[in-house]
Amino acid sequence: MWQALRAELHPKGFELVTVGLDTLGEAGCRAFIEAAKPGHPSLIDRYHVLADLFGVINIPSSVWIDEQGMIVRPAEAAPAPPQPDGLGSRFSMPTELPQRFHEIRAEAMKIRKDAAGYHAALRDWVEHGAKSRFALSPQEVVDRSRPRDDARARGHAHFALASQLEIDGHHDAAVKHFREAHRLVPESWTFRRQAWSLKPVGDGPLARFWQGPDPAAPGDWPYAGDWLADIRESGAENYSEPWRP
Amino acid sequence: MLVRSTSISKQAFEAGTGWQLKPEGACRGEVCIPLSQPVGETIDVARVAKDIGMPLVAEPAHGLWALGPASVNSRALASAQAPELTLPDLDGKPFRLSSLLGKKVLLFAWAPY
Repeated sequence: MWQALRAELHPKGFELVTVGLDTLGEAGCRAFIEAAKPGHPSLIDRYHVLADLFGVINIPSSVWIDEQGMIVRPAEAAPAPPQPDGLGSRFSMPTELPQRFHEIRAEAMKIRKDAAGYHAALRDWVEHGAKSRFALSPQEVVDRSRPRDDARARGHAHFALASQLEIDGHHDAAVKHFREAHRLVPESWTFRRQAWSLKPVGDGPLARFWQGPDPAAPGDWPYAGDWLADIRESGAENYSEPWRP
Repeated sequence: MLVRSTSISKQAFEAGTGWQLKPEGACRGEVCIPLSQPVGETIDVARVAKDIGMPLVAEPAHGLWALGPASVNSRALASAQAPELTLPDLDGKPFRLSSLLGKKVLLFAWAPY
C-alpha cells in the first residue's frame, strides 16, 4: 500500500520517510524492514525522539512537511502499512494461536481507520500544495499538536532514561522509569506498548506482541496495565483520534 | 535528551534538543526564550533547562540524566517549522530530515510490536 503510493507520488516531488520506534533498535526492526524492501529512507528511533519532537503518541502516525520544511499536518493517526511479515498476516493464517492473540486481533479490528479518505487527502496535498484544504496553517499546526504540560515533559524524560537503562541492561531500573512515563503521559500508547514489548512471553516473532502478564507467572508483570486490558478499558475505537480534514 | 554530565558543550545541547542558544535567548524557529545568563561554549544543563522550562530527571545510581522536551504554549510543537531530525538507517548511517528540503515529506511512525 505505502510502497505503491510512494511510487505514484515520488515523481511529483514527494518522499516517504518511515521511522521504526524501538528501544531494541536495528535488532528489533530489521526483519520488518528487510521484508518491506523500502526504496525510501527507512530509519530507526531507539529513544522515541519522534514523541519529543513531534508529539507522536501512537503508531501508526504521520506528520506532513512541505518543501520549505514547514509542518502542514502535525502527528496524527495514519493508516497502517501492510505487514508482510507482521502480526496482520500471521493472524489471517490458520495456525494454532493462543487465545490472547485472537482477543487482541478482535480488538485491533475495531481500531478506526479510513485509509481511502487519508490517501485522497495526501494526493490532494501533493497535487495542490498550500492550496490544498488539507494543508493547515502554521497556527493550526501548533494548536493541533499534542497538549504538553510540565508533567508530560517530565514523563518524556523518564522514558528517555528508561530507554537508556534498558539498552545498558539495567532492566529493573528501566521498569521504574517506564512506569513513571506511563503515569505522566497516560495518553501515549507507544510509551506503554514499547515497555510491554520488552517483556516478551513465549518464543518466536509473536513473543513481543503478547504485551501482558505471562500466564505461568502473572505476579511478575511489572506494569499497571497491559495491551488487552488497556485497549478494552479505553475502547479500541478510541485508540486513535478521528482524522479531521 | 540523555546526558552523562550536567555540564555539556553548547553544540551538544543544541544538537540534542533542537534549541539554538543565541545572544537573544534559546530559539527554535521564530520562538525565542530569554536566558537568565549568557552562555559560553560549555553550559550548565540544569540552569539552561530551567530557563527554557525543560524538566531534568536524574538517575544518579547510573550516572544518567534526561532532559525532557520543552512545552512552549502547552503544546508539543513550539512552531510549525519542522525541527531537524537525524536518525540512523538499518546500517547505522545517519539520515537528516533536512536533506529532503524541496520535497513534500510524509514522516511515518511505526513499530515492530
